[in-house]
Amino acid sequence: MSSIGTGYDLSASTFSPDGRVFQVEYAMKAVENSSTAIGIRCKDGVVFGVEKLILSKLYEQGSNKRIFNIDRHVGMAVAGLLADARSLSEVSREEASNFRSNYGHDIPLKHLADRVGMYVHAYTLYSAVRPFGCSFILGSYDEDDGPQLYMVDPSGISYGYWGCAIGKAKQAAKTEIEKLQMKEMTCRELVKEVAKIIYIVHDEVKDKAFELELSWVGEVTKGRHELVPKDIKEEAEKYAKESLEEEDDSDEDNM
Amino acid sequence: MDSHHSYSQVKGVSTGVSNLFIKSYVSSKTINKLIQVHDRIFCCIAGSLADAQAVTKMAKFQLSFHSIQMESPPLVKAAASIMRELCYNNKEELQAGFITAGWDRKKGPQIYVVSLGGMLLSQPFTIGGSGSTYIYGYVDAKFKPDMSLEEAIQFSTNALALAMGRDNVSGGVVHLVVITEAEVKHVVVPGNKLPKFHDE
Repeated sequence: MSSIGTGYDLSASTFSPDGRVFQVEYAMKAVENSSTAIGIRCKDGVVFGVEKLILSKLYEQGSNKRIFNIDRHVGMAVAGLLADARSLSEVSREEASNFRSNYGHDIPLKHLADRVGMYVHAYTLYSAVRPFGCSFILGSYDEDDGPQLYMVDPSGISYGYWGCAIGKAKQAAKTEIEKLQMKEMTCRELVKEVAKIIYIVHDEVKDKAFELELSWVGEVTKGRHELVPKDIKEEAEKYAKESLEEEDDSDEDNM
Repeated sequence: MDSHHSYSQVKGVSTGVSNLFIKSYVSSKTINKLIQVHDRIFCCIAGSLADAQAVTKMAKFQLSFHSIQMESPPLVKAAASIMRELCYNNKEELQAGFITAGWDRKKGPQIYVVSLGGMLLSQPFTIGGSGSTYIYGYVDAKFKPDMSLEEAIQFSTNALALAMGRDNVSGGVVHLVVITEAEVKHVVVPGNKLPKFHDE
């Protein structure tokens, strides 16, 4: 649904005649230019996967992370303008830390998503600032409340999800995610599926090399958000690559 | 004093207020020092009652707001943490200590001591106030974890009666609040209806 908002799109404090705030919509376009990030909630945890495009062979492996630790039990995967995302991860960290300082316990994820969403929303109200050009997915696991997954977009709105995708291949990723029965899966099973989805949606032609960033939080990590251990990640990537080859083979058979 | 057993809490306070200055004067024998800060969370107050009332008033407001934002009843730990922040950040001006106790869905019955300077400590049972010095031996000997509700009420009442029997500035009336998941019961026991011990 693209349209040019000539004249009504110069500042976030202006509505267009058909009731849209174009600056916020343009911010969402910035997210769509970035590579894909997905988050899926399963029976006993949450898994994040990010397709990190490698623009130069000189990059150090593992640098330029797109998955952040917000609190011990909360992880955040981002897409869009990375600088904006980093600043928001700091904001989220302060929110979580202040909550713990005031109330003595871990911040519930819904509350964190609401608070950071409010912060993001504040930047859509004034002409003096621009909206944040990033969306992010927050995930956590708690013994009592179980796994939780929320996504916040540049308008400041947040929804709870069982699975969501942001970035350039979000539509393709969503289709793949919908095929999964995530409510019955465990984190260990889900890690492989997340890796597979990232490999599927990666466009070999347009974007050459990419690095897969995988993280999880759940019963398997005792409620701590961590990067997936190297051996499990390698197993997941192997599964992903093999699944892709199988599909290629079956395509050939069909031909 | 406070004790909790497997599914509920019993808080008991005996009141006797004395003037801070040399001439001891009991301004009231019947005031209720158990302040409700939320549906299932109460605070026993001690020290300067003016300060304690001011702090609990502020805590009640903050807790109510927090609970609405969370869309669920607050954790006892959250209530105690709010009290602690208020006591610690204003320690120069305040002279009040609290026992915050109640029931929440996550951990069931809990007791937290928030001391004068802002220390927060979780305990299975606790005693405080001027009369408490006389009953440390009794409560240490008689407390058992996982008492039944009746045993807990009896334990609290006995302990308070003993303290009131020995402390000259404790006495009057015993206020008991029993907090369970289902309800909160406030029981008032006049001094002459308390259990009698040796020498009375």
